[in-house]
Amino acid sequence: MSSVDLLLPLLVAVPMLLSTVPIVLGLRFDRTGWSVAALTTTALVAATTTLASVVYTDGVVTHRLGGWSPAYGIELVLDEFSALIAVLVAVTAAGVLAYTRVGGPRGNTFYSGYLLLTGGLLGISVTGDVFNLFVFLEIVGLATYAMIASGDGPESAVAALKYLILGTVGASMYLIGVGLIFMATGTLNMGVLAEVLPAAVERDPTLVRAGFAFVFVGFSMKVAQWPLHTWQPDAYQHAPDGITPVIAALVSTAYAYAFGRLLYSVFGPEFLTSTPYLTELVVTVGCVSVVAGSALAVIQTDVKRMFAFSSVSQFGLIVAAYGLVTESAFIGATIHLVGHAVIKAGLFAAAGVIAASYDARTVDEYAGLADEHPLVAGMMALLLVSLIGIPPSAGFVGKWYIALGAVEAQLWPVAVVILFSTLLTLAYSARLLEKMYFTPATPLEAPHVSESVATDGGENEDDAETAAGADAANDGDAGTRGGTETAALDATATNRDRNTVSYGMLALVVATALLAISLGFAGGFLAGLLDPSFITEVFN
Amino acid sequence: MIDTALDILASRYAYALLFVLLGTGLYMVIANENLVKKLIGVNLFQSAIFLFFIAMAYVDGRAPIIKGKSHGVGEIASPLPQVIVLTAIVVGIALTAVGLALIIRIYAEYGTLREDTLREVRADE
Repeated sequence: MSSVDLLLPLLVAVPMLLSTVPIVLGLRFDRTGWSVAALTTTALVAATTTLASVVYTDGVVTHRLGGWSPAYGIELVLDEFSALIAVLVAVTAAGVLAYTRVGGPRGNTFYSGYLLLTGGLLGISVTGDVFNLFVFLEIVGLATYAMIASGDGPESAVAALKYLILGTVGASMYLIGVGLIFMATGTLNMGVLAEVLPAAVERDPTLVRAGFAFVFVGFSMKVAQWPLHTWQPDAYQHAPDGITPVIAALVSTAYAYAFGRLLYSVFGPEFLTSTPYLTELVVTVGCVSVVAGSALAVIQTDVKRMFAFSSVSQFGLIVAAYGLVTESAFIGATIHLVGHAVIKAGLFAAAGVIAASYDARTVDEYAGLADEHPLVAGMMALLLVSLIGIPPSAGFVGKWYIALGAVEAQLWPVAVVILFSTLLTLAYSARLLEKMYFTPATPLEAPHVSESVATDGGENEDDAETAAGADAANDGDAGTRGGTETAALDATATNRDRNTVSYGMLALVVATALLAISLGFAGGFLAGLLDPSFITEVFN
Repeated sequence: MIDTALDILASRYAYALLFVLLGTGLYMVIANENLVKKLIGVNLFQSAIFLFFIAMAYVDGRAPIIKGKSHGVGEIASPLPQVIVLTAIVVGIALTAVGLALIIRIYAEYGTLREDTLREVRADE
């Protein structure tokens, strides 16, 4: 087992180095990007699972880059917490490729960015150095901006720029926090920091607290906590359908993981509970995000935008759980991180499949989906049920542990918000379920469209939609319907490629739905992975 | 009171300057309607952070890396923050490049660099 730690730097270096290969090969061959990305991510899945099995049997794996002592150099660490995230990143990155093969953005440069993103995300999971974490945050950020901007419409460039400016300010806030902590302690290594911070807090509490404040604000921005979430809906909505599952499932998850890592492995529970108003502040930000995110999700018409606001609320739950500082809440946050990532990957992939095959992007357009595409609709329903948190599902286990943590911490308002969040999630999920299963497609669509024309006199967009709706109402043939709606979409200048649905795309949706359910049964197992060594080490 | 304020300003002028720069940069990001100037604001914000790292790099002691060769005891510049700033500058340049590329694309699509005009154009669509 002596050389297994060499895999750690390779996890980061291999995808980053190989991200140049699609561009180089692109000079000669046209479509090599997907193959390179598929090979790399498969190798990464193998490497991360190998490392994870070592971590869960033999304990923490560390690697010192260049042999420098941790006081100066960079250390890579894979422990029980980060191994879970690393496996999640590798598996999701490999799985979503099944979607992009046919459905996603094509081109070699896209896959270069994709590998860069994967490398950065793995870097966030394995790094044990707070400044190195900043660099990986920015690498992930850069790759994400490029991925979002690879959408066809001009809107995606605006969304990407908005994310770039806010994301950079967020990461810079984190860097200021790192600077302040470095001033107080003189080290950047997470393990060393955890040892010397208590003394530094005693020497100069203001410095460390100011550092924490900057770190918290920076991550609130990156994790998209209300009111700093404004970049997220635009970014998720305008990113290409093939990449949204990755961004929604992994990018915010990795940021939230990093935040949890800093809170518990660097600052430590003692600092969190002994600093006045700190946990209250973190819990409040989380709870407000839960309520605001859900409320905003309910009023959205675009499905991807609705899921984006849902992410704001689900990450609010995780941040609130971090603030509770109990073992159960921390386990809950970790399980919810993984569960939410799987569910959101599936939901965005399903939304992409539906947009490609059924041409539906708004909630109203989902009417009658269950009759036309029973498989996708069924899987989406399963995923939504998991998101709500109905017992045998991933969403339930996470929420259960978080609620348990809130009760343990005697914070009843938080427990109420967490249980209430289930109701709020139901509010927006039920809208979609009702449309898919209980609203017939044609009878509603025609009166709805004609009504909108009657009220606002009919803009161009409405005219086009009326034409499509009327045509669809006249002939029930799905093929003609797709054709007319394509014309309508071209008229509204969205001008997207019409993609056919491949088995890979369906397989991803089905796999995530089944995984979301089975993770519910594996909840105890997940908690067991974290429980024995990591939790006791953190909390004692 | 004034004496201590002056004293702090004289000994900690770098930190005072840093927060002025930080504020200016953030204000530009929020208030300026021009997208390029917003990006310059982000750059200013980051430069302030680089200054912060450099300003705190003076430490008491001796230079740590060169064994046995260090004569300078007293105030020396710790090399670690400088390495950090070097890395952060590289990251900042990459971000600026991506940002400018996006702005060029936005300009090509909408024909404007101003955010308010952009909002109007997008609302019309």
